[in-house]
Amino acid sequence: MPLVKNGKIATDIYVHVADDAQIPANGAILVPAGRFLEDPEALLKRPDKVGVLWPNNRDLDDLVPYLDRLAAVALVFPSFRDGRAYSQARLLRERYRYRGELRATGQVLRDQFVFMLRAGFDALDVKKEKDADAFADTVKRYTVFYQPTGDGRATALSRRTQLRHSESASP
Amino acid sequence: MYAYDELDRTLLHERVEEFRDQVKRRLSGELTEDEFKILRLQNGVYLQLHAYMFRVAIPYGTLSSKQLRALAHVARRYDRGYGHFTTRQNIQFNWIKLAELPDALADLAEVGIHAMQTSGNNMRNVTSDQWAGVAPGEVEDPRIWSELLRQHTTLHPEFSFLPRKFKIAITASEHDRAAIKIHDIGLRLHKNADGETGFEVLVGGGLGRTPFIAKTIKPFVHGRDILSYVEAILRVYNQYGRRDNIYKARIKILVHELGIEKFGKEVEEEWQQLRDSALTLDDAAIEEVRSRFSYPAYEKLPHMPDELKQAAHDPVFERWRKNSVFPHKVQGYSIVTLSLKPVGGPPGDATAEQMDVIADLADRYSFGEIRVGHEQNLALPHVAKRDLPALWKALDKAGLATPNVNLVSDIIACPGLDYCSLANARSIPIAQELTRRFANHDTAGLIGRLHINISGCINACGHHHVGHIGILGVEKNGEEFYQITIGGRADESAALGTLIGPSVPYAEVADVVEDIVEAYLALRDSPDELFIDTVKRLGVEPFRERVYATR
Repeated sequence: MPLVKNGKIATDIYVHVADDAQIPANGAILVPAGRFLEDPEALLKRPDKVGVLWPNNRDLDDLVPYLDRLAAVALVFPSFRDGRAYSQARLLRERYRYRGELRATGQVLRDQFVFMLRAGFDALDVKKEKDADAFADTVKRYTVFYQPTGDGRATALSRRTQLRHSESASP
Repeated sequence: MYAYDELDRTLLHERVEEFRDQVKRRLSGELTEDEFKILRLQNGVYLQLHAYMFRVAIPYGTLSSKQLRALAHVARRYDRGYGHFTTRQNIQFNWIKLAELPDALADLAEVGIHAMQTSGNNMRNVTSDQWAGVAPGEVEDPRIWSELLRQHTTLHPEFSFLPRKFKIAITASEHDRAAIKIHDIGLRLHKNADGETGFEVLVGGGLGRTPFIAKTIKPFVHGRDILSYVEAILRVYNQYGRRDNIYKARIKILVHELGIEKFGKEVEEEWQQLRDSALTLDDAAIEEVRSRFSYPAYEKLPHMPDELKQAAHDPVFERWRKNSVFPHKVQGYSIVTLSLKPVGGPPGDATAEQMDVIADLADRYSFGEIRVGHEQNLALPHVAKRDLPALWKALDKAGLATPNVNLVSDIIACPGLDYCSLANARSIPIAQELTRRFANHDTAGLIGRLHINISGCINACGHHHVGHIGILGVEKNGEEFYQITIGGRADESAALGTLIGPSVPYAEVADVVEDIVEAYLALRDSPDELFIDTVKRLGVEPFRERVYATR
């Protein structure tokens, strides 16, 4: 499962810790939500990066207090048809101002890449090799966007009003 | 008419190219059918009983003549020469080939038509009053807001994988022609005490196996806040709507389970966080969309032109005029409904030739504009009254002047078992038989306004719950049976119909409907009392007695 981070295929530095596995003494780790919440302070004291794998049916309120000390949050798409993590991603980025790595995991497929980037994900655990290879081309598919999201892409409406403004400003 | 600009066109072309790539990957086997299914649904492509079905959006029911010709072209070039207008301002083609779909979409994109999100668990075509912009007494043209919402809901990155489909309808008239109370979100445009435009927001309406009439969640949301308010509703739904059971996944179930107060509170909390954001529509943004709508340059015409006075001597013309011609907000003009319910025909179908004829007539008599209504009829929205006789002749020649609008043979029906893989029973032949039983337009005129709705299964695409007479096909021991309800309605007084008695076999449906109509004629207190009002006054019982006495 290739990781695409900031637009490039990258090595996953995180060790994915299962619920019952021993936590390694050092190195970056990605731990399940339940495990993390058992003793968050102990985990956050580790010298290396800590990320949390957060399920899509769990309220973000429990996670919010730790956001500024987390290096990564991984949200889950159990199926690409289940869109709950898009809302979680936007809330993390736009409401709680989370700036660390925001990773999409699960059934992450090519045809959802643009939606994911627009929702604020910057790292994708891509399901298929071929989809990861096609990342650069896929994310160029669209140049026009109707909705304002936290990704900063200008909306069609704002481009239009700006255009109109600049037209009316010229003599 | 809304005119696409360069940005709208670019997005549409990007969408077509994306779908072309997806079809290519499916045909090569790179995409599994499971993966591809959702992608094709989001482009309006269903797999039906016999072939792929292709559903094209007609946002808020407004079409230009050029666009209608493009639909005729698709019917001719890629299908079997006809299309079927649906209850949600879409048109469906029933025999499309997968490999040709990208080309059909590209041809439609040339004239600014798309099939985005006409299916799938996302926000569907935003519908509105087919008389928007021309109905007398309308608060303001709801299509400006429909278009703002169309854009906002198109390829929305957060809400393209909702628990279930999501439908929005908007009306700006006292009489609701958009059936907003049976939508996931219904918006009723009105003005507050300061004369500012806003919306009564209703939520949780819908039919299917668990029908609900929508409830008011907020009596007034200012126009500038409508996107953030809708976004708040969708965010709550996306997170908390059920995903464990497809039949309990619509927002109506969430609203029902939480109760409207609790649901409303959740939405309010979310909205307070969202309201002062980039979603707020400033005047410039609204004006920008408004400026892309063009309106006809109406002439100053007399209320009663000579042409109309002369034609009034022809009783056949007069019958059609009284039935199918409606008041327009501008003096000297009319709105003309084109019945797609000919005697013996499938409701809502139009041939490519008819579409071309209508496009030509729209150019000649209606400033090139056509409307599509949820009753599966079309309308020419700006016809000068002096042109009515000539228009009538041309429509009659094309089989488009059946004077049965709003009458017993103006039936709303889903495709049913003739096409649909979900259906339990046929709908179209029932409708066809009923139009033959009530083929005498004078008799139908005496019966007066009466809406019959037919669905071939519990999914209720024919809106049977809200038909004055509703007919639902069910399967019983391998046979087609039909449950019959009366007293439903889809307008501002929306109500669900009540079952009149045990279900009846296919062969008896038309007899039962005739018996119901006869019972009504005997029971009504005057010829002015409509069927729906008699049912309201007397309840179901006297109808049940008469219909089932001999069965």
